Amino acid sequence: MLSIFAPMPGAIAQGIIWGIMAMGVYITFRILDVADLTVDGTMATGGATLVVCVTGGMNVWLALIIAFIAGCLAGLITGIFHTKFGIPAILAGILTQFILYSVNLRIMSQKANLPLSVEKYDLMISLRNIPGAILTGAIFVVVIIAVMYWFFGTELGHSLRATGCNQNMARANGINTETNKIIGLVLSNGLVALAGALLSQYQGFADINMGRGAIVIGLAAVIIGEVLLSRIFKNFALKLLAAVIGGIIYYMVITLILQAGLDANDLKMLSALVVAVFLGVPYWKRKIAQRRTDKEAAQDA
Amino acid sequence: MLKVTNIHKTFNKGTVNEKQALRGVDLTLNEGDFVTIIGGNGAGKSTLLNSICGVFRVDRGSIVIDGTDVTRLPEHKRAKYLGRVFQDPMMGTAADMWIEENMSIAYRRGKSHGLKWAITNKERKIYKEMLSHLGLGLEYRLSTKVGLLSGGQRQALTLLMAVMQKPKLLLLDEHTAALDPKTASTVLELSDKFIREEGLTAMMITHNMKDAITHGNKLIMMHEGRIIYSAEGDEKKSLTVDDLLKKFADISGEEFANDRALLN
Repeated sequence: MLSIFAPMPGAIAQGIIWGIMAMGVYITFRILDVADLTVDGTMATGGATLVVCVTGGMNVWLALIIAFIAGCLAGLITGIFHTKFGIPAILAGILTQFILYSVNLRIMSQKANLPLSVEKYDLMISLRNIPGAILTGAIFVVVIIAVMYWFFGTELGHSLRATGCNQNMARANGINTETNKIIGLVLSNGLVALAGALLSQYQGFADINMGRGAIVIGLAAVIIGEVLLSRIFKNFALKLLAAVIGGIIYYMVITLILQAGLDANDLKMLSALVVAVFLGVPYWKRKIAQRRTDKEAAQDA
Repeated sequence: MLKVTNIHKTFNKGTVNEKQALRGVDLTLNEGDFVTIIGGNGAGKSTLLNSICGVFRVDRGSIVIDGTDVTRLPEHKRAKYLGRVFQDPMMGTAADMWIEENMSIAYRRGKSHGLKWAITNKERKIYKEMLSHLGLGLEYRLSTKVGLLSGGQRQALTLLMAVMQKPKLLLLDEHTAALDPKTASTVLELSDKFIREEGLTAMMITHNMKDAITHGNKLIMMHEGRIIYSAEGDEKKSLTVDDLLKKFADISGEEFANDRALLN
């Protein structure tokens, strides 16, 4: 029985890193009301950038900042495609993601996989020390939530929220909605690249495919967090925390399922179905409510 | 305060859906003018207001607000001159944000949005004071999500947000049409009060001819993208709904085909 729980600490550590990624997804998906598919590429960009910088002799903190900036640039490209080229957000993200595949290979000198040994370099986080990884991850989460809480409480942060919520209202109040969408995409992808940089340290390598399906995992984390915690977590900081907790739960469940003997290759299908169902629930609720109103109206008539 | 010169706007040019919405509109408003706009569906009333707001660019003509030519300015840059209330009560506020957060955005209309804290305690006091003028009890609900308010409450809030930074021009686009009669009259009274007390220059589209006559100091009637009749001063004061209907028939050669206007 205990053996089932043996891999749980690892799942928690991994879940925290993906939870940081999910906070990036939260910015676009919940605040800007855009599903940004760039993140599948940005995750690997962050990982690749960090590994190349660190193995090149750079300080790991500086490398982390550069990974963050690389992610911001990816978001900038999507933002420009979306607002200046008039491309729908989802397609703009897919285009950038495609660009990033080539870029990421260039960053890694055309190798699909680059190792990063925790013995040779002084890394922040590694699966060799899981309790340490959980602690470091938790500190990152707290700092990131604090910074985001501050940012979205500023005038600029408010104008970003208004842009996502009601563009007509935003423009009528003098807010440049195009610029704001770009800012949101930049921040979101910066955060996702930062998560990618942490993940590459944790697993000890960067891989060209490490971000494949990242958007689905990010959405799953956001949605699981909301479904379980939205009733008690009303504050913005707590909503972000809910996304991180969603990420942790996601990885714990996945680990359990794998332990139960499910083929790892079926996981992606399972994750996607879970996301589809949870996105469907609010829609179905509305439909049922509508049907009820129709019935009442029919009875009244 | 506002000078609109010979503006034209055609939608879907060169397609079967081509629609000449404005065909040469001239309009001059002095400071403190309050003009009501009437006309049938498709007359170009909303298109005129949206042209002034910059929702789209006009094909020809110019729009000058308080000496500044805004004809080519994008919508968000014109916002500092304009207060707007839309027909749809959902359109003027952000549903997922609190009352005070919505107000903080309106309070900064036309100003840059920096990294300063968005709402100070001093502002909260100002917001409360302003909300108390609405008489809806919203001053006790600063941290209520706007999405939880009724259509009338949201419209009253939108109106307040439109005037809290005194606009050069207040644009009301049938802002009471989606409300029940009682709420509509409350919102209309509030609009009148703000316009009077602040000495605002305002334009109001309405389907209600009686409202168009009783409110404001000028009245214009639009038809097929043109202003076909305008009245001000004593001439406007002495108008009746029958006069307007007759004027419309005389000038346009058609009956005023609008049930809502007739029923009112």
